[in-house]
Amino acid sequence: MSVESELKNAAPDRIEVLGVSKSFITKRRTVLALDNVSLRVSEGEFVCLVGPSGCGKSTLLNIIAGLDFPDSGKALANGAEVSGPGRDRMVMFQEHALFPWLDVMNNVMFGLRLKPGLTEKDRTEVAKYYLQLVGLENVHHSNIHELSGGMKQRVALARAMAPNPRVLLMDEPFAALDALTREQLYGDMQRIWEARRKTIIFVTHNVREAACLGDRVVLFSPNPGRICQEFKIDLPRPRDINSVDLAHYSTEITMALKGFTSTDGKGVAE
Amino acid sequence: MKRALISTAFFASLIGLWEVLARSGWGSPVMFPPPSNVAVYIWQALRDGTLASATLVTVWRLFLGYGLGLLIGIPLGLLIARFKVWQDTVGLLALGMQTLPSVCWVPLALGWFGNTEAAMLFVVLMGTLWSVVIATADGVRTMPPIYLRAARTMGSTGLHTWIKVIVPASLPYLVGGMKQGWAFAWRSLMAAEIFVTILTGFGLGQLLQYGRELLAMDQVIAVMLVIIVIGLLADRLLFSPWERFLHRRWGTGALK
Repeated sequence: MSVESELKNAAPDRIEVLGVSKSFITKRRTVLALDNVSLRVSEGEFVCLVGPSGCGKSTLLNIIAGLDFPDSGKALANGAEVSGPGRDRMVMFQEHALFPWLDVMNNVMFGLRLKPGLTEKDRTEVAKYYLQLVGLENVHHSNIHELSGGMKQRVALARAMAPNPRVLLMDEPFAALDALTREQLYGDMQRIWEARRKTIIFVTHNVREAACLGDRVVLFSPNPGRICQEFKIDLPRPRDINSVDLAHYSTEITMALKGFTSTDGKGVAE
Repeated sequence: MKRALISTAFFASLIGLWEVLARSGWGSPVMFPPPSNVAVYIWQALRDGTLASATLVTVWRLFLGYGLGLLIGIPLGLLIARFKVWQDTVGLLALGMQTLPSVCWVPLALGWFGNTEAAMLFVVLMGTLWSVVIATADGVRTMPPIYLRAARTMGSTGLHTWIKVIVPASLPYLVGGMKQGWAFAWRSLMAAEIFVTILTGFGLGQLLQYGRELLAMDQVIAVMLVIIVIGLLADRLLFSPWERFLHRRWGTGALK
């Protein structure tokens, strides 16, 4: 495999979730995190999963990632059942999960080194390309702790994209960042997605963020975790997080959220 | 520079005070020799080679016992951290054994191996092994599980995960465990050398013990100083570079 073919974007996959249920047994009770959830995400679509904490949206993401398994039902990637983690579906976590014993470059190269058919030179070139794509230069040999929170998430994004996956699974990747950094990343995320079109499933509890990034926003309700509503976001890109049109959508989604959060007192960030 | 001066002044006055006290006739000069006598002994022992050969014998034993302890202890610690069965068996054993001061192994070692190098090695190994096992296991257990999940999504499995993720992720704890193991090895070896008299090698501990038997406290104190110096050197040469590297990479601790 050559660098040229490696740098070509891999065709995005379609993801299907068919009747997935999953419960967790805690000391006190059994929690039904997902109750017969079905979801279809088409090739190259950007779908945001929104809901209050405990609605099972992260669990669903883990099941699609192959890090967790459903009690019943199944997840399919391009028609094939997910049986474990795979390079075609990369995950970005809320905590950056970068390896502190490696510098920036070696973090991005970690997944690439596990990919056969590439020379070390190819890998370096690929890693540099993705670091540039996420807007990082001159930090190749920095230690992780020297980076700001936003930069860490950028490195994490570069690391997740470097093996050229077909699907990107993002679990509240910007939740721990300050508002200003986050707004910057919304713009960059859209630009990056334009350049490297992947199927993206993006978990968040931030409604505005979901409306800004997603083609579609899927609303989850908790206890038991179910999909309760879907919103198609018909806005041109790039979208501005502070635009009035976007506010219209986020208000609508927030209203729907309040319908089931007001009763159990669980808040949700607007 | 200022700090070096302060340190020098502190130790100089300490030695000065000791010299004055010892010469004042406040204590018996045999039991409480002045530092100048100790210096004279060190000089003689250096010239006739006693100190050098004893140091060599001791350090060699130490490296053997400590090395063996690491070689067995680190893999055991890793296994205990990752597998419940190991934790419930060997882990529990290590926890119990660690509470036993290593000098308690001396009678048994003498009974089993007689006055031999093997007895010595056995005591040092018992002193090192368990603390290394426990420090390693603790280190791996405190590793954030997110690293494993991230590694799995990137296609890391089995041995690759062990070598590229688990071991480096717990490196700060491994080095801590190795350092602790070193301290335990050093202590057990001294205990062993004081109790076990063997003809194959005459170590620092034995030199110390003969000093006591000859009532040569200048010799005793001199050997104690040598033991301190070796301990300090080991810390500077073996562990400090590692710790500095880890602090720089992880961003932990204060950088000087």
